[in-house]
Amino acid sequence: MWNTLSSIFPYAVGYTIPMLVTALGGLYCERSGVTNLGLEGLMLVGYFACAMTVRLLEHTAMNPNALLLFGLVIGVAAGAVFSLLHAFASINLKADQVISGTAINMLAGAITVYLARLISGSGNVRIRMGIIRKNIPFLAKIPIIGPLFFSQTYWTTWIVLGIWALSWLLLYKTSFGLRLRACGEHPSAVASAGVNVHRMRYFGVLMSGALAGLGGAVILITYSGEFNGTVAGLGFLSIAALIFGQWSPLGILGATFFFGIATTIANVSQVIPSLSVVPPVFFKTFPYVITLVALVLFSKKSAAPKASGQPF
Amino acid sequence: MIKRKIRARSSNAFIVALSAVFLGLLGGAVLMASIGSNPFTGFYYLFRGGLMSIERIGNTLATATTLMLVGLSVAFAFKTGLFNIGASGQMLIGGLCATLVAHKIFLPRPIYLVVLVGSALLGGALWGVIPGFLKAKFNVHEVVATIMMNWIAYWSIYYFVPAYLKGPSLETESASIAVSQSLRAPWLTKLLNGSYLNYGFFIAIAAVIIIRFILDKTTLGFGLKAVGSNRWCAEYAGIKVQRNVIISMMIAGGLAGLAGLSFYTGYSRNMQIGILPSQGFDGIAVALLGASNPLGVLFSSLFFGILQSGKGFMNAMTSVPPEIADSIIAVIIYFTATSVLFSRFWDRVRRRRQDRRAGGEEKE
Repeated sequence: MWNTLSSIFPYAVGYTIPMLVTALGGLYCERSGVTNLGLEGLMLVGYFACAMTVRLLEHTAMNPNALLLFGLVIGVAAGAVFSLLHAFASINLKADQVISGTAINMLAGAITVYLARLISGSGNVRIRMGIIRKNIPFLAKIPIIGPLFFSQTYWTTWIVLGIWALSWLLLYKTSFGLRLRACGEHPSAVASAGVNVHRMRYFGVLMSGALAGLGGAVILITYSGEFNGTVAGLGFLSIAALIFGQWSPLGILGATFFFGIATTIANVSQVIPSLSVVPPVFFKTFPYVITLVALVLFSKKSAAPKASGQPF
Repeated sequence: MIKRKIRARSSNAFIVALSAVFLGLLGGAVLMASIGSNPFTGFYYLFRGGLMSIERIGNTLATATTLMLVGLSVAFAFKTGLFNIGASGQMLIGGLCATLVAHKIFLPRPIYLVVLVGSALLGGALWGVIPGFLKAKFNVHEVVATIMMNWIAYWSIYYFVPAYLKGPSLETESASIAVSQSLRAPWLTKLLNGSYLNYGFFIAIAAVIIIRFILDKTTLGFGLKAVGSNRWCAEYAGIKVQRNVIISMMIAGGLAGLAGLSFYTGYSRNMQIGILPSQGFDGIAVALLGASNPLGVLFSSLFFGILQSGKGFMNAMTSVPPEIADSIIAVIIYFTATSVLFSRFWDRVRRRRQDRRAGGEEKE
């Protein structure tokens, strides 16, 4: 049992990280008062931009890790730029945010593959390098915690966890964070206090684009290694995690990790006999079912930002 | 004066739709030009691919069939103020039920077709009624609930099809349905030189008429629309809001289930796993462009049908990738969502013209 656990744990963390950072982006967006259903598309944009960057530069004499980092940055930038479409529609034009988010998903799905076909006929962009998993010196030797958390890790994991911690500080320990969260609860009150609600919401949407772009780029350079035109619902899973985590940083950390473990068990259950008792379909549908259950249970007292989805 | 205002608003919906289509095509042209292709040649082959022969027109109609039913599903939910973003999942489950029937149940053709249609209707309705129930009883937002239902359907199909309906060759798709067990009709196939057109098309046309009748001529339709335009007012008038929400989602789900029927047992005759059908989202574009009106849905689905079925030919004749059609549809959705932009623009144009006319009259 212990061996199984410690061998699948690094994979679970690998799945969790892109979801965590994307859900964190969704948190910024929803807390500022804009619903973002386009996370799936924004992830895809980051995924694609990173793949193109690495693919075009991998023949040069650039240091592999520096190149991958550069790819991540481009993925972040591409996601942020693409999310401007959603920001403009939902903040300036007061459009229906659900429709705008859906349009973002469809647009991202179509345009990325359209452009990827210029590189290869099938629309798949394969990169030859990826991050090598490493044990953290000293920490990996700690019993129990060491093998679980500090061995076989990607460096992106630590970047994302750092962003998570900084976001928690920014949102809950600074006056800026208070204002941002207030924009999602009662925008007219914030406006009367002299805060520019539109600017705050732009920040929220741009953060969601940037972080979802990072999530997509992380998928590419950690476990995927190839852009194949889809992130297979990971963006929607992040939205589910955001809801299941009740719109709080600690909540989404727990929820994404929970979903990451479920996904990993479903993926490896054919290989590991002790896990194949439960059919994999159970683990794959579990996150969505549990989110529906959470929505029902918390329906009386939802922690959702009250003004989320309402134009101001 | 008031009368003129109302007329101006209704003509706006049409102008807004046309502007969105224009900008969508313009966006497509820019994308084509950006990779060094000539947009005019691209569009020429795109439309030619959808319309150049009887067979291709048949295929366009077959593609439009699925879009029409999904569009109708989304439009019907819109009328009750609900956003059915879960048409993809409802299509999958409706299609799965129909595929199961096609493989396992053998009956005389007319009875068989009724059972086949009924199974898809039931499957889709079940997948639609769950979010409807959650919305009515627990106030769970239907957008979130239907998205979750989409992915539950996606993963259920992912494991169900290889386990129970596996084809002889590939692990990733179900066995092909025999033509005699599908929605295809030999006389129709022969009439249209071997196109994919099937009975689904007639089901879709019938659905357009029935939904129009329900919405315009029945008490049920009146209640549904009343809930959509003002929930509290409807409640005050004694209309059972919760019941109407559940019924609306059930019918919307059933329509999407029929779309799954037309696609999986008529158009493709098998189910592939690992794909959330994009028609579920294209249907949102169909409904928006058709202003949620059944007749509008009919025409906009034909338009999108041409785009979707012509893209293969265009790709063969030019260097433009087929994703151009999906890009155009996505741009159209984006611009219908931001329709405020055009209404403002056209209002300004009209006002300027009226001012000028008023000025002219004064001079006279």
